[in-house]
Amino acid sequence: MYAFEYVRANSVRGAASALAKHEDGKILAGGHTLLPTMKQRLASPSALVDLGSIKDLAGIEQRGRSLLIGAMTTHAAVAASDVVKTSIPALAEMAHMIGDPAVRNRGTIGGSIANNDPAADYPAACLALNAIIVTNQRKIPAGEFFKGLYETALEPGEIIVRIAFKPPSRAAYMKFRNPASRFALVGVFVAKKGSDIRVAVTGAGNQGVFRWKAAEEALAKRFNPKSLDGLKADAGIMNADIHASADYRAHLVAVMTQRAVAKALGK
Amino acid sequence: MSYTLTVNGRERRVESGDPDQPLLYVLRNALGFTGPKFGCGLGQCGACTVIADGAPIRSCQLPISATKGMKITTIEGLGTAEKPHPVQAAFIAEAAAQCGYCTNGMVMTSAALIAQNPKPSLDEIKQALAGNLCRCGTHDRVLRAVLRATGGQKK
Amino acid sequence: MTSTGIGAAVRRKEDHRFITGKGRYTDDINRSGQVQAYFLRSPHAHAKIKSIDTQEAMRKPGVIAVFTGDDIAADKVGGLICGWMIHSKDGTPMKAGPHPALAQGKVRYVGDHVAVVIAETLGEAKDAAEAIRVDYEVLPAEVDTSTAQRQGAGVIHDVAPDNTVYRWHLGDKAKTDAAFAAAKHVTKIDLTNNRLVPNPMEPRAAIGEYDTGDGVFTLYTTSQNPHVARLVLSAFIGIAPEHKLRVIAPDVGGGFGSKIFIYAEETVCVWAAKKVGRPVKWTSDRTEAFLSDAHGRDHVTHAELATDENGKITALRAKTIANLGGYLSTFSSSVPTYLYAPLLSGQYDIANIYCEVDGVYTNTTPVDAYRGAGRPEATFVVERLVEAAARELGQDPAKFRRKNYVKSFPHQTPVIMTYDAGDYSASLAKAMEIADYANIGKRKRESAKNGKLRGIGFSSYIEACGIAPSQAVGSLGAGVGLWESAEVRVNPVGTIEVLTGSHSHGQGHETTFAQLVSERLGVPIENVAIVHGDTDKVQFGMGTYGSRSGAVGMTAIYKALDKVIDKGKKVAAYVLEASAGDIEFKDGKFSVKGTDKTADFGAIALQAYIAHKFSGQELEPGLKEGAFYDPTNFTFPAGVHICEVEVDPGTGITRIDRWTAVDDFGVVINPMIVEGQVHGGIAQGVGQALLEGARYSAEGQLVTASYMDYAMPRADDLPSFHVGMTVTPCPSNPLGVKGCGEAGAIAAPAAVINAITDAVGHEHVSMPATAETVWKACQRAPQKLAAQ
Repeated sequence: MYAFEYVRANSVRGAASALAKHEDGKILAGGHTLLPTMKQRLASPSALVDLGSIKDLAGIEQRGRSLLIGAMTTHAAVAASDVVKTSIPALAEMAHMIGDPAVRNRGTIGGSIANNDPAADYPAACLALNAIIVTNQRKIPAGEFFKGLYETALEPGEIIVRIAFKPPSRAAYMKFRNPASRFALVGVFVAKKGSDIRVAVTGAGNQGVFRWKAAEEALAKRFNPKSLDGLKADAGIMNADIHASADYRAHLVAVMTQRAVAKALGK
Repeated sequence: MSYTLTVNGRERRVESGDPDQPLLYVLRNALGFTGPKFGCGLGQCGACTVIADGAPIRSCQLPISATKGMKITTIEGLGTAEKPHPVQAAFIAEAAAQCGYCTNGMVMTSAALIAQNPKPSLDEIKQALAGNLCRCGTHDRVLRAVLRATGGQKK
Repeated sequence: MTSTGIGAAVRRKEDHRFITGKGRYTDDINRSGQVQAYFLRSPHAHAKIKSIDTQEAMRKPGVIAVFTGDDIAADKVGGLICGWMIHSKDGTPMKAGPHPALAQGKVRYVGDHVAVVIAETLGEAKDAAEAIRVDYEVLPAEVDTSTAQRQGAGVIHDVAPDNTVYRWHLGDKAKTDAAFAAAKHVTKIDLTNNRLVPNPMEPRAAIGEYDTGDGVFTLYTTSQNPHVARLVLSAFIGIAPEHKLRVIAPDVGGGFGSKIFIYAEETVCVWAAKKVGRPVKWTSDRTEAFLSDAHGRDHVTHAELATDENGKITALRAKTIANLGGYLSTFSSSVPTYLYAPLLSGQYDIANIYCEVDGVYTNTTPVDAYRGAGRPEATFVVERLVEAAARELGQDPAKFRRKNYVKSFPHQTPVIMTYDAGDYSASLAKAMEIADYANIGKRKRESAKNGKLRGIGFSSYIEACGIAPSQAVGSLGAGVGLWESAEVRVNPVGTIEVLTGSHSHGQGHETTFAQLVSERLGVPIENVAIVHGDTDKVQFGMGTYGSRSGAVGMTAIYKALDKVIDKGKKVAAYVLEASAGDIEFKDGKFSVKGTDKTADFGAIALQAYIAHKFSGQELEPGLKEGAFYDPTNFTFPAGVHICEVEVDPGTGITRIDRWTAVDDFGVVINPMIVEGQVHGGIAQGVGQALLEGARYSAEGQLVTASYMDYAMPRADDLPSFHVGMTVTPCPSNPLGVKGCGEAGAIAAPAAVINAITDAVGHEHVSMPATAETVWKACQRAPQKLAAQ
C-alpha cells in the first residue's frame, strides 16, 4: 500500500482535530474494509486516524428505553451481549450473521454504517429500527443518514459516537447470503413498534439500503406474512450484477420480507 | 518505530517503519513464526488466523500499531507434536489436514471457538469455520475433529 | 494386515508438522540477501505494446532492476512450452503461438506479464512498477468460447488466423452417423462446462538463486513435479543445463493441477537471480492467482446419444469447443483431447463413438489441467446424456444404466481405451443401498409437504488414471515419458529412506508410501522416511498428477523393494551360510528354508554394509536399489455417486441433503487417506456444480477475481459424505491400485445437476446452478410444482 501517516487518537476531539489537519484522512474503525482497499492500492488516504484506543467509544448500555451502542463496539460484542439480546434480540442475531468470527471480532458498528456498503447488514437494522446516529456534532435519524452507495450524511471530520435504538415490539432479520462474500445478496429487517412498521432492505437496492414502503403499508393492515401475498418489489430500483439480476433480487426481497415477518411472529 | 507485543507468552520487540504493517508479516518475517499463512492478504480466507486476547483474528488485517498490549497466540504456541492442544490431537486422529496450508486457520479458529464455547453444536462449528477456506475439501474431517476435541461425535 | 501395513488407516506422519505450524512451504523460506520481484501485468485483454519506458521506474528507491521481454530474449532464454502435440484431423500440427515469459510486442489476457521489477522490498517494487510507462494499442478482445472462431474475430496469434489451435477428432464418424440414422431414439443435449479457478490455498511462489562459485541455479518453487520443471527450464527454456539447475518443491499447499505447469514467474525469478546477483523471491497475491494460475474446464458441447428399441445405447457423438485461453499452457492441448474423448464411453458398452474437438484461443487466462482434467468434462457429457435419455424413455435411471454397463473385461471401447477390470453393477447396487434409493419417493413426498422439491441424481463415472504408459502417451503426442522412479536406501542400522519422483501436496505420500515399505520389509513405519521434492536428492521423477502416484510412483517403490529383498537374500545367504536359493524373506526376517536359522532385516542391512561375510568380488556391499516403472496400461477407477438435493422453490437454494459415493479404486493402501481424497474431490465437484464460475466482461476483465466474487465451497455448503468401496484389483500393477485423487471431482458435477433437474422437473440446469439459476428453472417448470 501507499505510505500514509498513522494517528492513534485518544479522544473523539483529538480524532476530529487530526482529521481536520489531513484533508483526505480516513478513520480506522476496525479496518476490515479500509485496509484491504488500501492494500490493493484502491485508496490512498494521507492519514489514518485510529479510533481503537478511545475507550468510551465502545460499549453497550440500556439507558431508559434506549439501547445505546458505542460506535467502536464490535459485531461480536453486540452478538454476545445479554443487554442487546434482552432489548432487541433480532439485532443480536443480525450481528451474529455478519461475516465470520474474525470479522466480527474486529469489525465495528460505527465502521459498518459509516461505510454504508450497499450489502452491509447494519444499515438495514438502523433503518428498520429508526435508530438515531449520534456524532460528535449532532444526532441524525437513520432515515436521513444513509444517502446512497457508500454515501452518508456525515460531514468531513464528523465522527460517529454511538447509535441509539428504541426497542420494537417485534423484529426479525432474514439474510440471503451471497455465497462468495457472505454479505447480503438481499437482507430484510422488519420491525414493528406499535403501528409503526418498517421494512428495510439491504443488498438489493441500486442506491443502497431502502425502505419497502408498499410492504410496510400492507403489513400495517395486518402484521402477517399473508398480507404480502402477491406483493412484488420493484425490480427497477434493484441492483444487477454478476451475482444476481434485478428481477431475482426483487423476487428475493418479497420472499425474505415474508419470511422475516413470519420469524418476527415466531412462526 | 519499535513495538512491543506478547507472542506465545513471550514479550517481543519489533522494529517497523510502517505502522500499518500487518501482524502476519511481523510474525512471519521478523519473528519467524511461519505457522500463520498468507492466503489472500485481504481477510477473506482465514489462513493467517491467530488468537489475539482469546479471539480469532485475521493477522493479515491487523496493523502492528494496533497490537499494543495484545497477547497473541500462533499455532506454534498452541501445542507441540509431543503435547498437542486437544484440537491439534483431534486433527491428527481424524486426518483433517491434507496439504496443510489452511490447517493453521482451521486449528486456530477451532481452538478459539472451544475456549469460548466448550460444547459447540455442529452448526455452531460450521458457522465458526465459515470464514476459513479449504481447497482440499477437508471440511467434513475438520468438523469431525472439532467435535472429537469437544467430546462430541459426528453422525 | 499389520497395524501399519497395506489397508491400515494409519494416521498421517506429515500431520505432526502441519498441525503445529512447522510445515515448510516456499513462502516460508527466505534466502540471505534476497530481493523481491513484482510483475507488472497487462490491464488489457488484448493489446499491442508499442513501447515500454522503464527509465523512471529504474530511478525509484530500492529498485535493483527492471526487465522486459526484450531483456529475456537478448539472453536467448526461450518461451514457455506446450509439451503435448495434437494434430488436427487434416494431419496438420496444432498452431502453437509464441509464449514469452515476459510479453514481446503483444499482451493476450488481463494479467499477462509485461515487465518485472526487482527491488529490496515488495512495496518498493510495486511503487516502481507504477512508474513504468507502457504505450498500448488496445485491440478488440475475444473472450467467449463459442464465438472465438467466428469470421471477423480479432486474431490472437498470427499462426492461428481463425483463433483455432486444432480441429481434432476421435472415433469412426461414418459408422457413428450410420448408427444414429438407424436409432429408435436420439437424445440431444447442449452443455457448458464452466470455467474454474483452481485456487490452492497456497498461492504460487518462487525463489531463484544463483551460485557464482559453481554456476548452479537453485529454484524453490510451488510445484507438483520439480523434475519436470527442471527438464522444461533446462531443455526447452534454456535457463541452464540440468546438472546446473536444482529445483526444490518443499511442502506445497495444494495444487489440483495448477502447479504442474511451468509458468513465467518462476522462469523469470531463476533467470533474474543471476542477472541481479541475489536471490529473487516472488509470492503471488490472491488477485494474481486468480489472473495467472491456469484455469480449468471451459467447454461448450453439443452431444447426442442413440438408443435402439430395447433401450440399448448404440452410439454417442459430441462436438466440443474447448477454450485454451491466450496461450497454450504446459499440457493444455492434451486436456480436451486425449484426456477427454477417450472417456466418452463412460461405464457403458457403446459400439460407436465419434467426437470432434476444436481448441480455441481467447483473450483469457490460459486453461490447463484442473483436478480430473478432461475426465470431469467427459463424465458430465455422458452422465447428463444417459440421465436425459432414461427420462425421455421413461426408464428408471439406475436400471437404464445397469442395462448399458460394460459387463465383461477386458473391454475395448471404440475410443482407444481398454478397460481392464471393474464391476459397475456391484458399485451401483451398493450405492443404491447406502442411499436408500428404494424410499426416494417417500422422501420426495415428505419434502413436498414442507414446500420443498427433492431430487436424486446418479453419476456412474470412469476415469483413466495412473498416467501412464510412456509408449502409449508418446503415440498420442506427449513430449515426455510418464514412468516414475524410486530409490530405496537402507541404512546400516536398518532405517530406510525412500526417494520418490512423486510429489505430495496433500495426498499423504509420506504415510501411504511408508506403509508399503513397512508391510514389505516388515520394519516399523517410524523407521521409514519418504523423501521427495528436490532434484538434488531424488534423481528422477515425473511428479504427481492424473492420480498417478499410487499406481505408478508406488509401483516404482515396489519394484525397488523387490530388488532390495533380492539383494538382502544374497547377503543373508552368506550370513546364514546357505545358498541364496534357499533364503526366504517374510515379516522382516530372512530365513533358511526348512531350518530355524533366521536373521532380522536390520541385521542383514548391517552385514551388507560392513561386508565382512563376503568378498567385494562376490557381492557388492551396500543395500540401496533403484527402479523405474513404466506401466502397461492406464488404470480405470470407476464408481457410482448419488446426490440427493432439496430445492427451496421460493429462493432456488439447493441444499445437498446426502451424498453417497461408492468407488472402486482397486486395492486401497490407507482407507482414511483415500476417503479424504474422495471428500476433497466431491467438494471441488460440488463447487463446480453449485457455486463456482470464472466470468469475464466483454472487454476481457476477469470479474470474479477475488473471494468476494468467486464462491468457494465452505463448511456449511457441503453435506456429510457416505463413502463405500468396492474392490476389483487393478491387473496392470503388482499392488492392484488404481488411484483416487480425482474421482470426486469427476463424478460430482453430473450427480448434482442430475439431482437438481430431477427436483425441479426441468430438462437442464446449467452450472454453476446458483440459486437464481435454479429459481429460474423452477419458474420454467410450473407443472412439476403444481403436481407436487
